[in-house]
Amino acid sequence: MTIHKGRGFACINYPIGMNLGGDPSQALVHSNPDGKFTVALSAIDLGQGMKSVTRQIAAETLGVPVEDVYVDTADSDTGPHDMGSFASRGTHRVGNAVIRAAEEARGVMLEAAAEELEVDAGDLVTDGRGNIHVRGAPSRSITTMAASQAAQFKQGRTIAGRGIFLIPLSEVDPETGEMTPVSCFAHAGLVVDLTVDDETGEVEVLQINSAYEVGRALNPRLVEQQLIGGAWMGLSHALWETTEPYYPNRDHGPVDFVNYLMPGPGEVTPHNIAVLERPAEDAPFGGKGPGEMCANPVLPAVANALYNAVGVRFDELPITPEKILRGLRANGGARPQAVRQG
Amino acid sequence: MGKTPVTLTLNKAERAGFTDPGENLLNFLRRGLGDLSPKYGCGQGTCGACTVLIDGEPQLSCLVLAETVSGKTVNTTGGLADGAQLHALQTAFMDGFAAQCGYCTPGMLMAAKALLDRNPRPSRDEIAEAISGNLCRCTGYAPIIDAILAATGQQVQG
Repeated sequence: MTIHKGRGFACINYPIGMNLGGDPSQALVHSNPDGKFTVALSAIDLGQGMKSVTRQIAAETLGVPVEDVYVDTADSDTGPHDMGSFASRGTHRVGNAVIRAAEEARGVMLEAAAEELEVDAGDLVTDGRGNIHVRGAPSRSITTMAASQAAQFKQGRTIAGRGIFLIPLSEVDPETGEMTPVSCFAHAGLVVDLTVDDETGEVEVLQINSAYEVGRALNPRLVEQQLIGGAWMGLSHALWETTEPYYPNRDHGPVDFVNYLMPGPGEVTPHNIAVLERPAEDAPFGGKGPGEMCANPVLPAVANALYNAVGVRFDELPITPEKILRGLRANGGARPQAVRQG
Repeated sequence: MGKTPVTLTLNKAERAGFTDPGENLLNFLRRGLGDLSPKYGCGQGTCGACTVLIDGEPQLSCLVLAETVSGKTVNTTGGLADGAQLHALQTAFMDGFAAQCGYCTPGMLMAAKALLDRNPRPSRDEIAEAISGNLCRCTGYAPIIDAILAATGQQVQG
C-alpha cells in the first residue's frame, strides 16, 4: 500500500450571463412616506446575497444610507420582469437595472429637494447620510426624508425610477460561427493538493489554493462565503455525489440523503483564496459576480491532481474509490506523473 | 381515533395542544403550536433541519411522536434569543457568514447549542462531530464550524 501525493491545477474563463433570446433584468425603485426607498425585483436571493448587493447598489446610486433601502424580491406578481438567478448573472444584470432605476429616482428626489430649497437641482449633492445640500454649501440642506415628504404631500411628485438592463440576443454568424454571447468574463486559477491510497482508492484532499478575479468585490465577505461554499460543492461533484453511479445503468442510485454521498463537516478542506479585483467596464460598480464558477474549476483540478498522483486519466464523475481502483488496475498500478519532494 | 392532549414546556412557556395519532413532533410544533423555526427537510431523519432539544438532548423532531413529549421540555431556535438579545451562537453565525440560504441554520444552531451546553469549549473535531447529522448545501461547513468555535470565545484559525 502506498499513499501517493498529487497536485492539480485548473483555470477558468467564465462568462457572466446567458444568451438565450436576450438576457434582461428589470428593477423599480420608489420612495416611501418615511423617506426610505423600496427596490422591487423579481430576481431571487438563493442565499448568495442578491438582496444585500442590490441594496448596496441602490443606496450608493441614490446617495442615501444603506439602511434606508429595502429590497423586495422573489415575487413575480409584484416585481418587474427578470430572467432569474442563474448563469452567474445576478450582480451584473440586476445590479445594472437597479442603477438605472435608482438614477431616475434620484433625479426626481433632487428636483423635489431643489424646489424646497429654491435652488437648481443641478447644484445639489447627496452626502450618503440622508442629507441633500447645495454643492459647496452644506448648510443649505434638506433631509432625504423631508424631500420625499414634500414630493408626496406638497408637490405631487412620484420619486420613482424604472430600470432595465438588456444584453440582446447575439446571433451566430452562419459562416464563421462567431458570436458575442456575453459582455464580460470572470476568471480563476485553482490548485488542489491531495493524496490517493492505491490499496483502497480513497482520496484525501489536503488543501485548495485559489485566485478569483470577479470584478470588484461589491461585498467582500459575501464573495468569500460563496467561493468557500462553492469549492466544497465542486469537491463533492468531483469525488462524491451522483444520482446515477453506474450511468447509464440506473442501479444503485441513491433515493435519499443516507445514500446520496457528500463530504460532511468532518471532511472540510482548508481553502486559501485570493480575490483579485479588476472592475469590468459595463458592470455595476465593476462587479461581475462569482456564481457558478465557485464550483467549476475544482473538478478538473482534482482530476489533474489524481493524474499527477497515480498517472491515470479519470474522465467520469464522480471519481470514486471504485473508479480509482479500476483505473489503477487497467494502468498496471500507480505510475505517478512526477516524483514529488516532501 | 381521538386526539391526544399534549402539554409541554416549549421555550420556557407552558404550552398545550391536541395531536393526532402518529403525528410527529415537527408537525405538531409547526402546525399545532405555530413555532415555524424547526424546518422540514427530508422527513426521515437524515438532514437534521428539524433538530430540537428535548430535555436538553438534540433530537430529530420528524422522527419523534408528538405525544411522547408530554411533560417534557422542548427548545427550538424560536426560543434562542432573549428578547432582542441574540444568543451567542446566533451572533457568531451572523458575524461569521455561516448561513447562505439559511434552511439548515435552525438545526445547526440547536445541534451546536446541545454541544455547548455539555461542553463549553469543544475542539474543532468535536464540533464537526456534533453537527455531522446536519446537512448544509451552501457553506461547505467550514464557516459553521468557525462560527461555533467563535461563539465559545475560542480563537478561529485562519
